[in-house]
Amino acid sequence: MKILVCITHVPDTTSKITFANNAFNAAGVQFIIGPYDEYALSRAVELKEQHGGTVTVLNVGDAETEPTIRKALAIGADDAIRINAVPKDSGFVAAQIAAVAKTGGYDLILMGRESIDYNGGLVHGLVADALGIPSITPIMKLDIEGGVAKMTREIEGGKESVECALPFVAGCQEPIAEWKIPNMRGIMSARTKTLNVVEPVAVNDAVLYGTFSLPAPKGACKMVDAANPGELLTLLRNEAKVL
Amino acid sequence: MSVLIYVESNGSEIKKSSLDAVSYGAQVASKVGGAANVIAVGTFPQEQLTALGNFGAASILNVTGDSFNQNSPAASAAAVIAAANKVGAKVVVLPKSTLVDSFAAKVAAQLKAGIVTNVTDLPDTSNGFSVKRSIFTGKAFATVAINSNIKVITLAKNAYQGTETGGTAAVESLTVSLSEGDTKVKTTNVEKMSGELLLTEAEIVVSGGRGFKGPENWGLLLDLAKALGAATGCSKPVSDMDWRPHHEHVGQTGVKVAPNLYIAVGISGAIQHLAGVNSSKCIVVINKDPEAPFFKAADYGIVGDLFEVLPKLTEAAKLLK
Ligand SMILES: Cc1cc2nc3c(=O)[nH]c(=O)nc-3n(C[C@H](O)[C@H](O)[C@H](O)COP(=O)(O)OP(=O)(O)OC[C@H]3O[C@@H](n4cnc5c(N)ncnc54)[C@H](O)[C@@H]3O)c2cc1C
Ligand SMILES: Nc1ncnc2c1ncn2[C@@H]1O[C@H](COP(=O)(O)O)[C@@H](O)[C@H]1O
Repeated sequence: MKILVCITHVPDTTSKITFANNAFNAAGVQFIIGPYDEYALSRAVELKEQHGGTVTVLNVGDAETEPTIRKALAIGADDAIRINAVPKDSGFVAAQIAAVAKTGGYDLILMGRESIDYNGGLVHGLVADALGIPSITPIMKLDIEGGVAKMTREIEGGKESVECALPFVAGCQEPIAEWKIPNMRGIMSARTKTLNVVEPVAVNDAVLYGTFSLPAPKGACKMVDAANPGELLTLLRNEAKVL
Repeated sequence: MSVLIYVESNGSEIKKSSLDAVSYGAQVASKVGGAANVIAVGTFPQEQLTALGNFGAASILNVTGDSFNQNSPAASAAAVIAAANKVGAKVVVLPKSTLVDSFAAKVAAQLKAGIVTNVTDLPDTSNGFSVKRSIFTGKAFATVAINSNIKVITLAKNAYQGTETGGTAAVESLTVSLSEGDTKVKTTNVEKMSGELLLTEAEIVVSGGRGFKGPENWGLLLDLAKALGAATGCSKPVSDMDWRPHHEHVGQTGVKVAPNLYIAVGISGAIQHLAGVNSSKCIVVINKDPEAPFFKAADYGIVGDLFEVLPKLTEAAKLLK
């Protein structure tokens, strides 16, 4: 089974988000594999252990993302593809991934339910449409038997069980797998695994990012005496007007 | 320049986020000079659909039939695409929901439309068409221009308040046939909580963390929720330990909520938790540790032991009317 896992290279979840010259300010920021993408990768590695096959990781990004790609190789992917372009938005990224996946013969394409920088939640659906295969998101459980995947998908206020024959694209979230901590052997072997760099295709993109801004700062927190919590309700009703 | 708005039901009535989207779509329609049309997928009581006129809808298309009743992403996408083609929609407005998240990309791809999700404001149409959206899980915003002929936007939760303007809308049924590809994903079982307020739709959310010590104490939170008419959420460790179901887990890797009031009890306020709640209008924090980081993100706070504060707060809430 050939599995493709698409990963993002994103600021660590504890990062302070700031902008400089209308671009994300990466100074002092630690980059990680997108948390949802890492769930997808972990499950892909488990599926490979069960069924055999290969796991390829793919990232659309410039050379700065390579340490993140190497980490995915250390976690257990066999090889990697980097499409050499700065990801502009979900439509651009999806077009790049689809161009590579079209000829890749992948049985399964796993992604995160959303990237934690742009939060588009779109790339999986757009890639699936371009390839003419189904897309399913967000999935919390994925098992494969005889070429058919049995999955649990989160729905509002619950979950549903779904089945789909391979190939398809899925957006993953926990608890599909536990994150894997790379071991020493994984880290050593990651250095020599193949990382192919592919040039991007031209895309007629419909969406263009303009200016970035930050939310207005929060005012001070008003404290209420623990002995009289009823006072809180009075404030919520009369001052904040939310009750 | 017609606008198409998709609406969803919570099982008994049309969701508030959908009503907000209809009002929003009507505003967009008046900005671009056209009519606001609604697409509703599945069986709805007739009066709920005509009442959408009250939020600015000019006409309602309704797709019914066996395949259109199971909340299927592929069927909903097919219906929205057919409706957009029928009314010649230039802008398609989708209210954020788990179902919409699973089919919005398909709608945009099939309509050859640019798509922007998590939109928080009306579009600026003074020079082209650009929208403001939230990025970095609510930690920042970006303005984005959509240059395609047809535009698809997903409206963030609680970002735009629907208003009643008076009026009714005529309902017309639309027949849509599904392609083979639309039936490839088969639903074999559905487990849905019934009679519970949907966390993502609720105007008030009360949420609990590890401070509760164990699931046996959750009644304290449920009682407060009941007294306030609130939905309940939790922090990630609480769902990881199975004290509460996964779909209640709020934050970076869980549900993102944007209620009018979010009350966090016994939650420390880790940045990953805040990422799921920072769009709330008003945040209240109850924690025994005055240094808990959540107080920095809060509007109101009580420093105290939740086991003492909550019963008192619940009693006071019961007296509210
Ligand atoms: C990549 C990543 C993603 C994550 N995503 C999420 C996410 O989506 N959502 C999420 O919630 N977390 C997430 N986390 C985990 C997050 O970092 C915190 O560990 C978690 O939010 C802590 O949960 P908590 O506040 O319930 O527990 P704790 O941090 O243990 O806090 C418990 C709080 O309860 C208070 N308390 C204890 N007893 C009482 C009492 N009797 N009365 C009043 N207060 C009391 C304590 O003072 C403390 O502040 C993520 C972490 C990572 C690394
Ligand atoms: N630049 C990228 N390179 C590779 N995969 C990506 C990239 N951006 C997004 N993805 C994948 O698509 C998913 C959804 O992304 P998004 O539409 O940005 O929320 C992510 O979780 C990744 O799996």
